[in-house]
Amino acid sequence: MNMTKKEAHISVRDLTMAYGDFVLMHDLTFDINRGDIFIIMGGSGCGKSTMMAILVGLKDPAKGKVFYGEVDFWGSDAETRDRIIRRAGVMYQSGALWSSMTLAENVALPLETYTDLTPGQIREVVGLKLALVGLAGFEEFYPAEISGGMQKRAGIARAMAMDPEILFFDEPSAGLDPVSARRLDDLILELNESLGTTMVVVTHELASIFAIGTNSVFLDVSQRTMTATGNPKQLLADTQDPTLRLFLTRGEKS
Amino acid sequence: MTVRGEMSLEQPAADTLKVVLSGDWKLSGAVPGADTIQQRLQTSPGVRSLVIDAREIASWDSGLLTFLVNLRKLCSQQNLILKSDTLPQGAQRLLELAAAVPEKKDARQAGARVAFLAYLGDETVYFFHSAGELLTFIGNAVIAFQRLLRGKAQFRRADLGLIMQAVSAQALPIVSLICFLVGLILAFIGAIQLQLFGAQIYVADLVGIAMVRLMAAIMTGIVMAGRTGGAFAAQLGTMQVNQEIDALQTLGISPMEFLVLPRMLALAVMMPLLCLYANLMGILGGMVVGVGMLNLSFIAYFNETAKAVGLMNLGIGLFSGFVFGIIVALAGCMRGMQCGRSASAVGDAATSAVVTAIVGIIVSTEIITVICNFLGI
Repeated sequence: MNMTKKEAHISVRDLTMAYGDFVLMHDLTFDINRGDIFIIMGGSGCGKSTMMAILVGLKDPAKGKVFYGEVDFWGSDAETRDRIIRRAGVMYQSGALWSSMTLAENVALPLETYTDLTPGQIREVVGLKLALVGLAGFEEFYPAEISGGMQKRAGIARAMAMDPEILFFDEPSAGLDPVSARRLDDLILELNESLGTTMVVVTHELASIFAIGTNSVFLDVSQRTMTATGNPKQLLADTQDPTLRLFLTRGEKS
Repeated sequence: MTVRGEMSLEQPAADTLKVVLSGDWKLSGAVPGADTIQQRLQTSPGVRSLVIDAREIASWDSGLLTFLVNLRKLCSQQNLILKSDTLPQGAQRLLELAAAVPEKKDARQAGARVAFLAYLGDETVYFFHSAGELLTFIGNAVIAFQRLLRGKAQFRRADLGLIMQAVSAQALPIVSLICFLVGLILAFIGAIQLQLFGAQIYVADLVGIAMVRLMAAIMTGIVMAGRTGGAFAAQLGTMQVNQEIDALQTLGISPMEFLVLPRMLALAVMMPLLCLYANLMGILGGMVVGVGMLNLSFIAYFNETAKAVGLMNLGIGLFSGFVFGIIVALAGCMRGMQCGRSASAVGDAATSAVVTAIVGIIVSTEIITVICNFLGI
C-alpha cells in the first residue's frame, strides 16, 4: 500500500449547500486525499449531485470553502477556477456527450483546445482513450447511435482525455446492468491504481461503494448534514449510527 | 360475472360501527366511498370503534385500498379504533406498506393562492430580474466577441461553417417565397390607388423603396426568428437538459464562445446577404404585377426602380438586416442557455425565443426609423 503520508487533494470546510432559502446540507467538513477513491454517498435527494456541482465549479456554495491543495477554489477569480478545474475530468450521469459530434470529436475537443498536438497525434490519443474504455472502433459513431452504457464509457474517455489529476463520476453505475456496472468499477479501480488519479464518485450503489471506495462521506438527508467520513468498509464495521447502518446494509436488520 | 362492490353498515353496540363489505371492490366498478360512513358517524356520535367485516369480498384491487386509506384517515381524525382483521392478507400488507413511510408534510407543493398585489410584485421583480439577465447576456456576448477579435475565442470553425449554411442557403426557399409574395402584395395595394391617377409606373417606386429600405429586412428577420431563433433555443436548451453545457464548462470552455459566438457571427454575416437576396425577390414580385397587370414594360419598370431606390435605402435595409440577425441570434441563444432541465422547458425556450426575437425586431425597426427620420435620410 501507499506508505507516503496522506495529502489532502480537495478539502471541504464548513460547507453549506442551499437553493435560495432552502438549505440542502450544512456544516460539511472533510478531506479527499490524493489517490483516494472517494465516495459521496447518501439517500436520494440528499444533495450528492449538488455536492459534485460545487466541487467542479458549476454551482457556488452558500457558505464555507473548498480548497484544491492550498488554493481557495470559490474564493479565487473565474480564471483560476477554470485553470484548476481543467486538471479535473468529469463524467456526467447520462454521459453528457456533445450530441452533434462523433465520439472521436468529443474526446478530441479538449485536446484540440488545450494542447499543441498535431491532428495525427490527437487521433492516436483519442484511439487510445476509447480503447481503454472498451470502445475501440467506435470513433465515428454519434452519441445517439450507441447504448446508454457505452455513452457513459465514452463520457469517461472524454473525462480522461487530458490525463486529469482528479476524475469526478456522477452515478457511474446508475442504469447499467450488473455486469457493465462491475466492468465500470474495475475500470475506475484500474485507472486509480495505474495512473494514481484521485477519484470522486457520487453513488448510492452499495456493491460499488464497497468494491472501490477507499474513503467516503455520508450525507444524512434527515439531519441535513454529514454524519460520517472514512473507509466505507470500516464505517460499516464501526458505526453506531442507525441511519448509516441501515444505508450500508441495504436496510437489513442487524 | 362481476358483482358490484357493496357496503352495509350495522351497529351491534352503541360504541361500535360494523362495516360489511361484499362483492367486487375494483376500480373499474363504482364502489361506495368513505363519506357514507362519515355521515353515519355524525348522526351517531357515540361510536368509538369501527369494525370492518370483509369476509364477503369476492375480489379486490386499488379500489378497495383507496377506500381503506380514506377510512384510516377518517379514524385517526376522529380518534376511532379501526379493526380490520378480516381483510384479505394481501390488502393488509399493502396498507402497512403505504403507511410505512410517513407523509412528508412540507414536501407537497402548495398550490397556494397568491394575493393580487403579491403576484404583481413578484412579476415586477421577475421582470427586472430578467432585464438584468438580458444585459448580462449581452455583456458576455460582447466579451466573447472581444476575445474573437484578439484571436482567443475557442470554437470549432467547422461548426461555424455548418451554422452559416443552415442560416443562409437552407433558408433561401422560404425567404424567396415570403419576399416574392410581399412584393406582389405591395404592388397590388399600390396599383389600385395609383391607377386612379394613371400613375401606375410609381408602383415600381413604392415596391422598390418599401422592400429595400424596410420590408425585406423585416420579413427576413421574422422568417429567421421562427426558423433559426427557435432552432437555436431548442438546440442549446436540449444541450442544457443533457448536461452538455455543464460538460463544456467543466472543461474550461466557455459556452458563450463555443456555442453562442458562432451562431451570432453566422447570423450577423448572413442576414445582410439574405436581405439583399430578399430585396431582389420583392422587386421581382412587384415587377410581375407591374408587367403582367399594369401593362408596364419590363425596361420601364426596371429603370423606374433603379431611379427610385438609392444607395442610402439599400444601406439602411442591409444595416437593419444586420441588427435583426444579431437580435434573432441573441434571443435564440439566450433563451436556450436559460432553459430549465425538462422537455417542456425546451418547448418554452423555443417559444420564448421566437417571441423575444419578433418583439426585438419590431422595436428596433421603430428605433431605426426614428433615427433615420431625425437624420433626414
